[in-house]
Amino acid sequence: MKSNRPHRVLPGFNLSLGYALVYLSLLVLIPLGGLIAKSAELSLAEFWTLATSQRSMASYRITFGTSLLAASINAVFGLIVAWVLVRYEFPGRRFFDALVDLPFALPTAVAGITLTTLYANTGWLGQYIEGQWGFKIAFTPWGIVVALTFVTMPFVVRTVQPVIEDIEAEVEEAAATLGATRWQTFWRVLLPGVFPALLTGFALAFSRAIGEFGSVIFIAGNIPLVSEITPLLIIAKLEQYDLIGATVLAVVMLVISFVLLLSINLLQWWAANRHRSEARELDPGSTGNPANTQGAAA
Amino acid sequence: MNRSLLSAVLLAAGLSLAPVAQAQTSLLNVSYDVARDVFKDYNPKFVAAYKARTGETVEVKQSHAGSTKQVRAVADGLEADVVTMNQATDIMFLAEKGLVAADWTKKFPNDAAPYTSTMVFIVRKGNPKAIKDWNDLIKSGTSIIIPHPKNTGNGRWTYLAAWGNALKQPGGNDKSAAAYLSAFFKNTPLFAPGGRDATTTFIQRGQGDVLVTFESEAELIAREFGRGGFEVVYPPQSILTELPVAIVDKVVDKRGTRKQAQAYLEYLWSKDGQTNAAENYLRPRDAEVFKKYADRFPAVKTFTVDETFGGWAKATEAHFKDGGSFDQIYQVK
Repeated sequence: MKSNRPHRVLPGFNLSLGYALVYLSLLVLIPLGGLIAKSAELSLAEFWTLATSQRSMASYRITFGTSLLAASINAVFGLIVAWVLVRYEFPGRRFFDALVDLPFALPTAVAGITLTTLYANTGWLGQYIEGQWGFKIAFTPWGIVVALTFVTMPFVVRTVQPVIEDIEAEVEEAAATLGATRWQTFWRVLLPGVFPALLTGFALAFSRAIGEFGSVIFIAGNIPLVSEITPLLIIAKLEQYDLIGATVLAVVMLVISFVLLLSINLLQWWAANRHRSEARELDPGSTGNPANTQGAAA
Repeated sequence: MNRSLLSAVLLAAGLSLAPVAQAQTSLLNVSYDVARDVFKDYNPKFVAAYKARTGETVEVKQSHAGSTKQVRAVADGLEADVVTMNQATDIMFLAEKGLVAADWTKKFPNDAAPYTSTMVFIVRKGNPKAIKDWNDLIKSGTSIIIPHPKNTGNGRWTYLAAWGNALKQPGGNDKSAAAYLSAFFKNTPLFAPGGRDATTTFIQRGQGDVLVTFESEAELIAREFGRGGFEVVYPPQSILTELPVAIVDKVVDKRGTRKQAQAYLEYLWSKDGQTNAAENYLRPRDAEVFKKYADRFPAVKTFTVDETFGGWAKATEAHFKDGGSFDQIYQVK
């Protein structure tokens, strides 16, 4: 037992563990616990009625739907951006690299106002998009997706970037010399290594998007049942001095987010494990399903 | 839970400031967002007048943000000596919490509202949709820009103005008013998150045919964006938006600033205070001052929340609470 104990980098494990738990409790657990305690003032039936009203349900759909879409867009395009920034040399690369962080630094209200002005049907972009294709972005749920994609963009890029840096170019070359096509190299060799980090970035982007308020309200149009996000509904309740109603919505969001994030984490853990065990096998033929099926057939 | 934590933080902040505050009497006026200009001009006038009258120097500090947030901060322990708000509901909340006297509307003249405004229409230059009255807003093809009726004071005033006007038509009743509002919202493509953003959406982003907003805001738009692009239309009838003030009793008793706070608010009704309001395009209560600035304030037949809706408490209950008339318009049928 004693000999099995791994070497720990931080001195005083118990102390640092205690510190970490107190820190997390103070910052996260206690406020959230207070939130749930507040909502416990209601009976379960009252809670349920408030949580599942028509407008609340519509707002969950809008909030989680647009967040999912925005995080997915970022998972695809953020990966490409990260790839390009790591693997290609081009003039101004450092400049573009620095640009990636800007959505973090910009006050979200500024982002919201700017995007709205840009995508309104009188804006630089909006007038072409609406004029050419009759497609409205500002003041529709698509506007929410645009704002969320903008705000959460750095998450995927910044989580995936260091992992891509770690993949040596030789790996790709080796794959190529063994006769892999480009697509195979990407799909079978590169993606499995990047995937856990990509999922982390996706989860971060997704959870950030769910809570986003400042940029969304300007571009959304905020029409009940159509483009009203849950955080706005919470503010609406606070405006009526309805603290309990606001708390109920907050708790619902918290629970849904927690479940989703937990499943993403599990998925990530599974993916990382699978990748590791696959890498350990090292034998390219061993994944051969054909052999198994043949054996079964025989 | 949250509240006591916040109070503790505010208390700590207050303690660290205490020695400074004692050197000189200071007042904190907690106010809503767009009242910045009004009090920026008003405070030096009051300080000078108070010094001339009593020999005492008072310092006035301002705090501005969305009115509900401000009131919540005061309830949570922000030490405001006076609150100057854009809606009675906000002060009623403080009265409920016991920070403000229950009969605060009786403490000053005019139901404790030293100046008023009204809701008007802003339309594009030349008034292409020929909008003159509330009924023109619900014609098909007219697009109306307003702030969110549940989330903003400005939006609530607009809602009640539209409802009250419909109610006061011949044969008008709650049913016809609800029908009017339903048609009104069919023409509302979006709800701006705040009064200022509604203005930006209408003027700078060119959305909509008409913006419904405060008369005082209309003037501000004219100063900010020039008078070339749009016109102000006064409907024949609109709501009288009373902008109330109150002393926060709990705080002034604790800090010993009642005398100064009382003088500060009373001065709003003086000729100076009323002139300052008129200069900022708020309708003064003083008949003489009003007459002097009459060219700024075209005649509108107005109705109040008290006479039309039986007060803010009832209006809030009937229209803005969960399941109220606004929510009923946005139901899936």
